[in-house]
Amino acid sequence: MSLTSEMTALAPDVIEETSFLRDALRAFRKNRMAMVGLFFVVTLILAAVFAPWISPHDPYRVALDEQLLPASSTYWLGTDNFGRDILTRILYGARVSLVVGTVPSLIALMIGTVMGILSGYLGGRTDFVVMRLADMMISFPSLLLAMVVMYTLGANLLNIFIALALVGWASVARVVRSQTLALKGKEFIEAARANGASRATIMFRHIFPNVVPTLIVLFSLSIPDAIMWESSLSFLGVGVQPPGSSWGLLVAKGKEYLFQAPLVAIAPGVAILLTVLAFNFIGDGLRDALDPSMKD
Amino acid sequence: MSEVVLSTRELTKHYVLGGGLFSRRHVVRAVDGVSLDIYERETFALVGESGCGKTTLGRVMLRLHEPTSGTILYRGQDLSRLNERAMREQRKKLQIVFQDPYASLNPRMRIEQILAEPLRTHGFGSAEAIRERCAELLDMVGLSRRYLRNYPHQFSGGQRQRIGIARALANKPDFVVCDESVSALDVSIQAQVLNLLSDLQADLKLTYFFITHDLSVVRQFADRVGVMFLGRLVEVGLTEDLFDRPLHPYTMFLISAVPRADPRQRGRERPILMGDIPSPMNLPSGCRFHTRCPFAKDICRTEEPMPRKIDDRLVSCHFPLES
Repeated sequence: MSLTSEMTALAPDVIEETSFLRDALRAFRKNRMAMVGLFFVVTLILAAVFAPWISPHDPYRVALDEQLLPASSTYWLGTDNFGRDILTRILYGARVSLVVGTVPSLIALMIGTVMGILSGYLGGRTDFVVMRLADMMISFPSLLLAMVVMYTLGANLLNIFIALALVGWASVARVVRSQTLALKGKEFIEAARANGASRATIMFRHIFPNVVPTLIVLFSLSIPDAIMWESSLSFLGVGVQPPGSSWGLLVAKGKEYLFQAPLVAIAPGVAILLTVLAFNFIGDGLRDALDPSMKD
Repeated sequence: MSEVVLSTRELTKHYVLGGGLFSRRHVVRAVDGVSLDIYERETFALVGESGCGKTTLGRVMLRLHEPTSGTILYRGQDLSRLNERAMREQRKKLQIVFQDPYASLNPRMRIEQILAEPLRTHGFGSAEAIRERCAELLDMVGLSRRYLRNYPHQFSGGQRQRIGIARALANKPDFVVCDESVSALDVSIQAQVLNLLSDLQADLKLTYFFITHDLSVVRQFADRVGVMFLGRLVEVGLTEDLFDRPLHPYTMFLISAVPRADPRQRGRERPILMGDIPSPMNLPSGCRFHTRCPFAKDICRTEEPMPRKIDDRLVSCHFPLES
């Protein structure tokens, strides 16, 4: 084996130990828009968590002599029809909106991933059943579906999760399925089969890790969707109920005073807009950073 | 010759295309009745044009694709009848090295994980024993042990192919299918990997089923050659014999198509095969080769030639050359 030992001598002894995720992180950091988005989101999360300490006023204190005040140095964004500070209401609303943005997305992602991998890898009847189910979910107007769920189960946070997860899993399953189909034909999957790996091992250890980057992107892009969904549901009155606050609810209540005090509706609207935008930037950045074909 | 390791009898793989509500059903006869014996410690090369079913045959032999009909015997045991569990147990001994070193390693796994997986599947031993075996495997294929912690994308094509070989050898197999295993590599790397493969064959008593379209590799590397055309073996024989004196017209054309590095032969007229391979969805009647064969007679158009023995060769032709 003289030739092979020569080979070893020529090759460097140690290759720097980088991992795929570390490379991706490096690429992500170079993306300025994504970093701005990340900064915004992190700030928002901190603000939501520490809302009781940093917000200048009590979100539930009613002061009828201070209704619909314009922005001032005491009330930075003015007050609503009960004299409550809008900035404070937005900070507290962020708690609901962020939780509603992430939790149902996570649930939808988990269901969708399992369904998508099973459907794509096992094929046949499983594939048929899962995909027709997904088709049904997708062909049904999702806002209507969510509203029906909220109506029948009652308007509370848990039911918002259920409604949104029910609406969201189908599209995740479709994306994951198509990825699984592409991976299934790869030789490393065949190699695993040739080594006697069981179907469960192949799905869990070979297909799943290769779907993860897609899932991260899907997740970051589904958060703004979920925030929008929650806003729409709350706006329509089947979401978060007063006196609790969420951004959608704030816009809904504020719209009645649009002409007297436009900030009541516009300020939470802008909060939704900025947050959705920030998450989208992050999502785009992640997608570029995690796509192996985009690598320098 | 020594003992038969693996043999196939009338092995057939048909793929069904279409057949849905609006499309016509087509049957592709990728492998169509192949009977073949592979002997212990030999290198059997399978050659043929792309699309002739070489790769499918290799996959079906290992039951990576299920055969449509026919039997696969591994040391006398009928693999085609094993249930999934029993087949998984046999996979230790039946391995494959793939063509594309970029697609054959999971990009999300470290080399150590890639090599350890087959060991863990077949209960090799403690975590410590597995780690030691992984390092040993890298030694065997001429890579540094220190690469264990790295990911596939950090290696060159040749190195990756070595890793693929190490993975195939993890559980000490005795039959290895090499599916175009050097075709994707540079010529110089090709030579290195071929040397590695033959060293390993000697050390580990391996039997190779070597699928390739590169005849110069075959001549250098193989003990016996099978020539495949449209799902059938048309000729099988010892490498030297077959190259010196092809009996099937298709073999003759294949060999004459290899460029020669001899300037004196430059002007010489060489027989070149005209036309395309017929579609495997719509096979010609009679001999599959008759549409392109200059020697075809009436019988070739109507009757399919059965394989027959000439000396120690098998030929499927009504009018073998030089006989």
